[in-house]
Amino acid sequence: MSSTELQGLYQQVILDHARERHGFGLAAAADAQSHQLNPTCGDEITLQLHLDEVTGVITSLGWEGHGCAISQASASLLSDLVPGLPVAGLTERIDAFRVAMRSKGTIEPDEELLGDAVVLGGTSRYIARVKCAMLAWVAAEEAVLQLTER
Amino acid sequence: MTTTSLVDSLSPAEVDRLRLDFPVLGERVNGHPLVYLDSGATSQKPLSVLDAEREYYLHENAAVHRGAHTLAALATERFEDARTTVARFVGARDDEIVWTSNATEGINLVAYAMGNASLGRGGAAAARFALGEGDEIVVTEMEHHANLLPWQELAARTGATLRYIPLADDGTLRLDEAAAIIGSRTKVLAFTHVSNVLGTINPVAELVGLAHAVGALVLLDACQSAPHLSLDVVSLGVDFAVFSGHKMLAPTGIGVLYGRRELLNALPPFLTGGSMITTVTMQGAEYLPAPQRFEAGTQKVSQSIALGAAVDYLTAVGLGRIAAHEAELGRRLVEGLAAIDGVRVLGPGVGHERVGLASFDVAGIHSHDVGQFLDDRGIAVRVGHHCAQPLHRRFGVVSTTRASTYLYTTTDEVDEFLAGVAETVTFFGAHA
Repeated sequence: MSSTELQGLYQQVILDHARERHGFGLAAAADAQSHQLNPTCGDEITLQLHLDEVTGVITSLGWEGHGCAISQASASLLSDLVPGLPVAGLTERIDAFRVAMRSKGTIEPDEELLGDAVVLGGTSRYIARVKCAMLAWVAAEEAVLQLTER
Repeated sequence: MTTTSLVDSLSPAEVDRLRLDFPVLGERVNGHPLVYLDSGATSQKPLSVLDAEREYYLHENAAVHRGAHTLAALATERFEDARTTVARFVGARDDEIVWTSNATEGINLVAYAMGNASLGRGGAAAARFALGEGDEIVVTEMEHHANLLPWQELAARTGATLRYIPLADDGTLRLDEAAAIIGSRTKVLAFTHVSNVLGTINPVAELVGLAHAVGALVLLDACQSAPHLSLDVVSLGVDFAVFSGHKMLAPTGIGVLYGRRELLNALPPFLTGGSMITTVTMQGAEYLPAPQRFEAGTQKVSQSIALGAAVDYLTAVGLGRIAAHEAELGRRLVEGLAAIDGVRVLGPGVGHERVGLASFDVAGIHSHDVGQFLDDRGIAVRVGHHCAQPLHRRFGVVSTTRASTYLYTTTDEVDEFLAGVAETVTFFGAHA
């Protein structure tokens, strides 16, 4: 039997997202694209943002990559969260997610802002796994930077 | 090919007694007794090694090879005694043992010294180490990055070409290819004795034969063999060999470069500075013979002494018996893993020779998740690419989980690990 801590890390929602990866697949072109690599484990992700030029709202997030259950679920949950957000709204959510991830379990992620992605909160107790959860969000952050700098 | 040991293994009672020398093995992790299966990354240290380092600092600490006071002489004696102990351990002469920080530094030392020779340093005596366009450096596809990148860099600096001996599907080297690759252009052959991922024991004699037939130098990475197998560098016939203390019961920060005396004395230095010269002027310097010519600056004295104590410990138990014990554990690991659905072991299969480690892939489960699940029950394994990305690419995986044993590992621990892996599959697989 595994500990309650481990079950907190690998919640059912996370295992489901790791298997049924939402947003998986890349388009031939995107408004912004970022590739991130975690050199310690070889995990990588390529992430794209698609924008409605008129409203400035992000219409979809697509990604491809490989990695552990945490990193895959995190990208999948992020792709559920993003559609319909303005760029600044995504930045706000990335910042909130990072604060929770760096809190070593002391800050509960804000469900208002992060939706289902709050299930990743348990990861912050496992310092070595925080970068797994952050990988997709770091890619999204870099993609946002491309959008705001152009 | 199956292994038949001519030497008795360690009995369970003996292993239990040895474990008492390693207090850390009594730790509890996440509410469970620690099951340490990461000795391939770094070994645990016995009390006698910790005591040797402490005793040195308590009673004998002084600068070695300088100063005339009593403690300085005593410290120098301890430092050089440790060198003698390590030299005997691998069948070398005292002056053929160079202290390094670790095996990585040892390989870099040789590669950079050859680079210096390629620039003309060391004069005519060092010409045999010089590389240039048209020359070839040969490694293998199973190398740890430490025995790959220094050669990539040396090739880039000198214009030489780096080639590699490919791997067969069973994790052994393609010797037919080796015979075709190693030729008149080959200047250096560098390969690992035992793969840190596959557990394969490479045929040193055959490879040395191929290299020496064409006048090439041979460097052996003995990181995964020196701690586990009886090693005799002279009978192996290698020109250089490196290993790290921390994988063989000693502290971090100490490693060994073995080189044949005539080679070391012809090789130009890598790091230069204090304690490695005969005369210095404002224009140049004359260097001491080996090993001092490669030991510039303040040395790793307490670590060397501790490595000497580690070698004494290993010798007292007996390398033959340690190897036999670990071969049994390796068999148990590979047979147990092969019996779990979805698990694929890299390297030699059931019934084939391997050391006491096994790396494996679990279908659909990332190695970090496997490692996390095992850690939850106190089982420490290595996950990732184990500093061997080309090897993993060769087998079509990004990362693996590795369990590696040592003299203090019990069969019960291996069984607990195997049960843990089986449950990992259930835990992550049950949600399909």
